[in-house]
Amino acid sequence: MGSFVPNTKEEREQMLREAGYKSFDDMFSVIPEEVRLKKPLDLPSGLSEMEALKVMEDLAAENKVYREIFRGAGSYDHYIPAIVKSVTSKEEFLTAYTPYQAEISQGILQSIFEFQTMVCELTGMDVANASHYDGATAAAESIPMCRDRKHKTAYVSATTDPKVLEVMGTYCFGSNTKLVTVGEADGLTDMEDLKKLLEEDPEAACFYVESPNYYGNLEDVEAMAEIVHAQGAKLVLGIDPIAQAVIKTPRELGADIAVGDGQPLGMPIAFGGPYVGIMATTTDMMRKLPGRIVGETKDHDGNRAYVLTLQAREQHIRREKASSNICSNQDLCALTASVYMAAMGPDGMKEVAEQTMAKAHFLRDELVKAGLTQKNCKGEFFNEFVTDCPMGAEALMAALDEKGILGGLPLDGDTILWCATEVNSRSAMEEVADTVQSLMKGKEA
Amino acid sequence: MELIFEIGSKGRHLSLLPQCDVPKVEVPEKFRRTQAPHLPELSENEISRHYTKLAGRTHGVNDGFYPLGSCTMKYNPKVNEEAAALRGFNRIHPLQDPSTVKGALKVMKMAEDALCEITGMDAFTMQPSAGAHGEFTGLLLIKAYHTERGDEARTKIIVPDSAHGTNPASAAMCGYQVVSIPSGPDGCVDLDALRAAVGPDTAGLMLTNPNTVGLFDKNILDITKIVHEAGGLCYYDGANLNAVMGIVRPGDMGFDCIHSNLHKTFSTPHGGGGPGAGPVGCKKFLAKYLPGLCIEETADGKGFEMVKAPQSMGSVKAFNGNFLVVVRALTYILMMGREGIPEASSNAVLNANYMRVKLSDDFKMAYDTTCMHEFVMDLAPLVKETGVNALDVAKGMLDYGIHPPTMYFPLIVHEALMVEPTETEPKEVLDQCIDVLHEIYDMAHTDPDYLHGAPHDTVIGRPDEVEAARHPIVRYVWE
Repeated sequence: MGSFVPNTKEEREQMLREAGYKSFDDMFSVIPEEVRLKKPLDLPSGLSEMEALKVMEDLAAENKVYREIFRGAGSYDHYIPAIVKSVTSKEEFLTAYTPYQAEISQGILQSIFEFQTMVCELTGMDVANASHYDGATAAAESIPMCRDRKHKTAYVSATTDPKVLEVMGTYCFGSNTKLVTVGEADGLTDMEDLKKLLEEDPEAACFYVESPNYYGNLEDVEAMAEIVHAQGAKLVLGIDPIAQAVIKTPRELGADIAVGDGQPLGMPIAFGGPYVGIMATTTDMMRKLPGRIVGETKDHDGNRAYVLTLQAREQHIRREKASSNICSNQDLCALTASVYMAAMGPDGMKEVAEQTMAKAHFLRDELVKAGLTQKNCKGEFFNEFVTDCPMGAEALMAALDEKGILGGLPLDGDTILWCATEVNSRSAMEEVADTVQSLMKGKEA
Repeated sequence: MELIFEIGSKGRHLSLLPQCDVPKVEVPEKFRRTQAPHLPELSENEISRHYTKLAGRTHGVNDGFYPLGSCTMKYNPKVNEEAAALRGFNRIHPLQDPSTVKGALKVMKMAEDALCEITGMDAFTMQPSAGAHGEFTGLLLIKAYHTERGDEARTKIIVPDSAHGTNPASAAMCGYQVVSIPSGPDGCVDLDALRAAVGPDTAGLMLTNPNTVGLFDKNILDITKIVHEAGGLCYYDGANLNAVMGIVRPGDMGFDCIHSNLHKTFSTPHGGGGPGAGPVGCKKFLAKYLPGLCIEETADGKGFEMVKAPQSMGSVKAFNGNFLVVVRALTYILMMGREGIPEASSNAVLNANYMRVKLSDDFKMAYDTTCMHEFVMDLAPLVKETGVNALDVAKGMLDYGIHPPTMYFPLIVHEALMVEPTETEPKEVLDQCIDVLHEIYDMAHTDPDYLHGAPHDTVIGRPDEVEAARHPIVRYVWE
């Protein structure tokens, strides 16, 4: 069996004796006999490191790794610079915990402070945390920030990623918050519906919309901000951090809170996690921000120092009155995002965003040439778009799968949500279009 | 040291991307960002050195002893990292067809089965990403159960006053009122107080056992019975599971649902505060409410499919949980196996009791009896004698390269230092820490001011936290 207990049998016996016990059993006699487990755990015998790794390698080999991925829908395949893994593998960052002891945690605290700054720069906001589990939980936890005795109902656009919508719904089930969906038209939020719903509800707390939204479309957020603020509610904007390098910031658009998933900033798609939720807001709402926040201060010699701050918001002090139950931060993922943004720099971030957008538009053009029709798009899109799929999603996905290509995500009614990023090559996109074309021909014949 | 924004120079960059091989597309003016974000402009060398410097200003488990109570800072085996780095786990999309991710589904299923066996539960979801996230999910299971039965008068969650702050905060997020019950003089649940607190409005109880003072509550069967008889359910906070694996199971103590911290008990690294994973397990009657997608064997028995539980509460995260954390935990479980898992717990408890006994000459133990995997020292007498408090002792330990124990928790012991050595520390490390604490104890009597001013040998001295909160500087600002 494997073991990570260093002490030998003799040492353990000596320690038992010195602690005043005859045996392990004697030590555990404080546990009443009637609850003690009477049989060994029904688990296989432990393995050596070599055997355990072989099992995991075999399991990993049972997964299909595609050479090209055209599926996004909340998890995006971007290039990860080599420096990212190198930094995040450093054992100090990997094996430390939440930086409770500032004097020996300056490295982690400073890295979070740098992350907060970079997120503020991307979003135009004043303050950010590094605590959320993913973009969906950040979206869900933005609602209580906006809720008070007079503002109780949360609104969400129907153009939201359905997975985010589901998480928001689950959190609202918990907090007994009414969550109302605002309709959509042609892949964009229905502004008339938004206006009407909010005007009829004096208790509207907030409205959540994503831009780019689930269909990849850029929403008219500025117009929404006007409608939402006119009703005394808050606007929460869901962002893609890569798109943020080239599109207007949430601050410019009038958002009160920006949330999003940080995964595109250097985290592998990894079957869905770990990722990190981004959340940033204005100074006005800073004390409602959940999670850990790092602040700059000085030590008694005047040295610059970083600490966890504004803790009066948090569960260990406020208990049931806290802004959230969050007690950790997603530091290693935040660090990943920071190193990614440092490696990219302002020009690199812009380049990734521009290439991503260019590739997605090229793919759209090729697919339309091949015979598909773009759906759900009245306006502009970033790196995702929807087409029809007259040959049936299953047939197309199977044909692409044979070529080692993961096609877009089939949605209801035989439509497909496509995604491209800077990692997709022109030739692969042409290959997808060729596959579509030959299936179209087959269908006509 | 400098912030990353204070090094480098305009125009420096890495060579990461090829030329774009398709026509450029302009962002329409209405949507276009006009001012680029301030981000570092550095060479790879500078980035590497910056973070190496930051790493040097960080204390991890790899740097030295980390007996941070209630956090289980055990050694994180390197093989876990090798497994989590496998391409077949990293390069798979969460929305791939289940037939193309058989290995990933097997990983989740194997982890689920092992956790069920270790905890005595019938089903697990891997979706929750942290302990607090697991608490929230577990309480939603309880809420879904009462809601379905139309038993909506059950609005209260009972939490002992010794509980971790996340317990009441999680209950509040589920719309529950929190009823805090006092602990008895032995640090355990006061059965009379519990009997008085339960009733037709009781939704459930949140408890950890061993409890937050490190003691096994021997009345546990009575406790869960009292709650069940009142119609409530029992939630087990798995923060302290490392004490009891293979020895006693939450499911056998009468608990209905549980979270387990994979980053504590199952050796996955804490990552400076995350990502961890807080899978939630439950008894069969609650499984129909589980969030996310459950992994089930296909009808032909040849593979797995992902299905929504019939009355699922929804989802607590977008995808399948922190999958790579589950990969690490499973690697650990495979290595430990039937024998290694109880061995880990036995030695975690031994290491704690060894330290407790060796320290009880100088230090008052909050509860002077056999502890489980951690124990709480009460420094009130030391404060009275010398003016040196728990914070001073903790800061004094920093100069010896030891991460201090958890301070001022649980709240029922006012000058608490909570020590959790874990099973992966050799005897010499424990002995050295014991010596250090004795030395600090002596120093408290001979030179208390030295400790009030500690630490002396760290990269910064005690930071001014009051100023940080009063005038928050939470981001760097360019001039």
